[in-house]
Amino acid sequence: MYNSVKKEKMEIVLNQHTEQMTHHGEHAHHDSFWTKYVFSQDHKMIAKQFLITGIVMGVMGVMMSILFRIQLGWPDKSFPLLEALLGKWAEGGRLKPEFFLAMVTIHGTIMVFFVLTAGLSGTFSNLLIPLQLGARDMASPFMNMLSYWLFFSASVVMVFSFFIETGPASAGWTIYPPLSAVPKAMSGSGLGMTLWLVSMTLFVASTLMGGINYISTVLNLRTQGMDLWKMPLTIWAFFLTAIVGLLSFPVLVSAVVLLIFDRSFGTSFYLSDIVIGGQVLPNEGGSPILFQHLFWFLGHPEVYIIIMPALGITSEVIATNSRKPIFGYHAMVYSLLGITILSFIVWGHHMFVTGMNPFIGGVFMITTLIIAVPSAVKTFNYLATLWKGNIRFTTAMLFAVGLVSFFISGGLTGLFLGNAALDINLHDTYFVVAHFHLVMGCAAICGMFSGVYHWFPKMFGRMMDEKLGYLHFWITFICAYLVFFPMHFMGLDGIPRRYYAFTEFEFMKEWLSINVIITWAAIVGALAQVAFLWNFFYSIFCGKKSEQNPWRSNTLEWTTPVEHIHGNWPGEIPTVYRWPYDYSKPGHEDDFIPQTVPHSLTMSSNLYSDLNGNEVAEKIQADWNQQHNRTVEDFH
Amino acid sequence: MSDSLRNKSNNFKPIKFIVWLFVVSSVMFFAAFTSAYIVRRAAGNWNVFELPQVFVYSSILIVMSSVTLFVANLKAKQANIAQQKLFLWLTFLLGIAFLIAQYFAWKMLVSQGVYLTGNPSGSFLYVISGFHGLHIIAGLFILITCLIAAYSGLSQEKNLFRMEIASIFWHFIDILWIYLYLFLFLNQ
Repeated sequence: MYNSVKKEKMEIVLNQHTEQMTHHGEHAHHDSFWTKYVFSQDHKMIAKQFLITGIVMGVMGVMMSILFRIQLGWPDKSFPLLEALLGKWAEGGRLKPEFFLAMVTIHGTIMVFFVLTAGLSGTFSNLLIPLQLGARDMASPFMNMLSYWLFFSASVVMVFSFFIETGPASAGWTIYPPLSAVPKAMSGSGLGMTLWLVSMTLFVASTLMGGINYISTVLNLRTQGMDLWKMPLTIWAFFLTAIVGLLSFPVLVSAVVLLIFDRSFGTSFYLSDIVIGGQVLPNEGGSPILFQHLFWFLGHPEVYIIIMPALGITSEVIATNSRKPIFGYHAMVYSLLGITILSFIVWGHHMFVTGMNPFIGGVFMITTLIIAVPSAVKTFNYLATLWKGNIRFTTAMLFAVGLVSFFISGGLTGLFLGNAALDINLHDTYFVVAHFHLVMGCAAICGMFSGVYHWFPKMFGRMMDEKLGYLHFWITFICAYLVFFPMHFMGLDGIPRRYYAFTEFEFMKEWLSINVIITWAAIVGALAQVAFLWNFFYSIFCGKKSEQNPWRSNTLEWTTPVEHIHGNWPGEIPTVYRWPYDYSKPGHEDDFIPQTVPHSLTMSSNLYSDLNGNEVAEKIQADWNQQHNRTVEDFH
Repeated sequence: MSDSLRNKSNNFKPIKFIVWLFVVSSVMFFAAFTSAYIVRRAAGNWNVFELPQVFVYSSILIVMSSVTLFVANLKAKQANIAQQKLFLWLTFLLGIAFLIAQYFAWKMLVSQGVYLTGNPSGSFLYVISGFHGLHIIAGLFILITCLIAAYSGLSQEKNLFRMEIASIFWHFIDILWIYLYLFLFLNQ
């Protein structure tokens, strides 16, 4: 009886849909090529634009890392191919030291900002916030479009800096002055640095516009029934990430503004007592440490801006593919909130060795180590969700589990680095490189891949190939550990990062053989990304057609038609009745109950706690239970 | 599209919220400057000089402009468009007067021997007041959108919406200047 009622109701709903669809068809928008693909204001198209730009930037970032890995693996060997490719930057087939530093700098900048901030947040916040909340589009679609084009311009300027005479910025992605403030300091400090600053200013404008839009959309445009505690964890993560960005990126702008004044207008915010080639610069009274304070006030929250969306995506993918409710939904939200707040009071741990007052160092150490608590809560909740789950090993699931692995192995070393005393030894060594590449590089990129594989059907209406996905995952996963794990030992041995040739110093020579292994692992890992690129671009055009809800998922985005339409839903926006994690609910025939299914249609699985103390509903449920001989454990 | 997507009137609330969020990011931008000021000052080697008297007059001007904008908003709500225009113009002119006053303050600083270059204590003053001035210029542009709404006879709903946006932003840059002036004054 219950089934036939359900069917009838569904038919009615379907009829309404078709009616409204024909209605919609009459008013269809006639988009030209330009408004549909280029200056699109549709959040789904903007998400794809962010993703593909992010992938292109990611490919460049990886190629740079391979170039400097070749230098590190075989510092004295000549590769004529490099000279053919890079010209004067690799005379005699060896990278020039200046170019090595430029590579390291731009690799860091591109990966941190362009791939893992814009590529990750930009793609998935844009795609999922309106779709999972039941909104037609963002609060301001126009600003959203502007956000993408500012990001695109920033990318163009950043890449363009490779084609100038003096080469791109080379002061490291943290652009500490005086190296970045004095144009004469090194070849990359001239025009290259200026372009870096221009690019980053555009980038921050893009991020702020995007973030402001995300926050406003989450708070104002949720569909009926979607209260904050019914939001998927992805949305919580994107929302809090946007808040972190809103509060921290303006501070980077301030730091950059003062830096620009120092570079171009002769002020001395960061400069003092500098002598170049025997000549004393007029600048007096500035403090380079001031820049570090301002930079890391953004710089540290930035790593959470990178990892939090990846954590949100992982929550969703792990729950869906374990066919279990996420373990500790509220704890997950509160731990994200904890990370958000704590991220603003830990920046000093990047500056333990700048002559900081040891007492202040101790304060920063305590706040830093406290972040381990919410991080551990999240990790254990992931593991508890997996525990005894009905796990489906989709590619997205593999990458989500990969994130958990990297988050643990990289996070543990954070406890060492966050310790002010141990940091004296570990600061600026390969230990740091290993730590942040595992915990925010590999973990976040795993989250991003997981999201791409999971929501590819939503973005393009087709499926990616699973076998190629497996190949991609396993090679990437193994190579990432092969690359970064040995670096811990190099760091413990005191090998500094960013050094050009290990042959120049006696104490570093014994690590050359390890460097060769790392470089080979990096090359193989990079080649594995070809499997992804092929899979991605081939599947856009020729992948298997996707069903509407291929992963049998609960969230709202899978109730939209496969074929994208402007405004997302034909007809009315669905109403939400329940949280997004009703997987394998005892008593229900399917192992998932979408958020749009009211409790009146799931009498056989309702718990009294689902009814929010509604006495009428409880009475109806009690009668139903009596009629069907159903006993419920949580009966009060 | 039958419901809210293309119906702009339902989009007012999120857009207003966006303006508030912009205010938040702006606050962080200036908070960074003033924090940097404190950190740098604590490090020593800091020239102390007197703030130009003109800053007092410019502060009075900006507070007055807030009052006139408040009245303009009130008149707009009463649908008294003529009065609304008058007070909008007053606000606009007071904004311009504020900028001129700031310019004279800079001239006085130069005559005191405080330049953009040199000890950071002076540089900070120029950068902070300069970026606040840029916000005032942005505010003037927003006032122009209100004037356009008032003159072109847009619907009352849109007129009020633009007034509301302008009010949020203009009162914010007013309070921001008072904060910055007090900050600089107390840190002399």
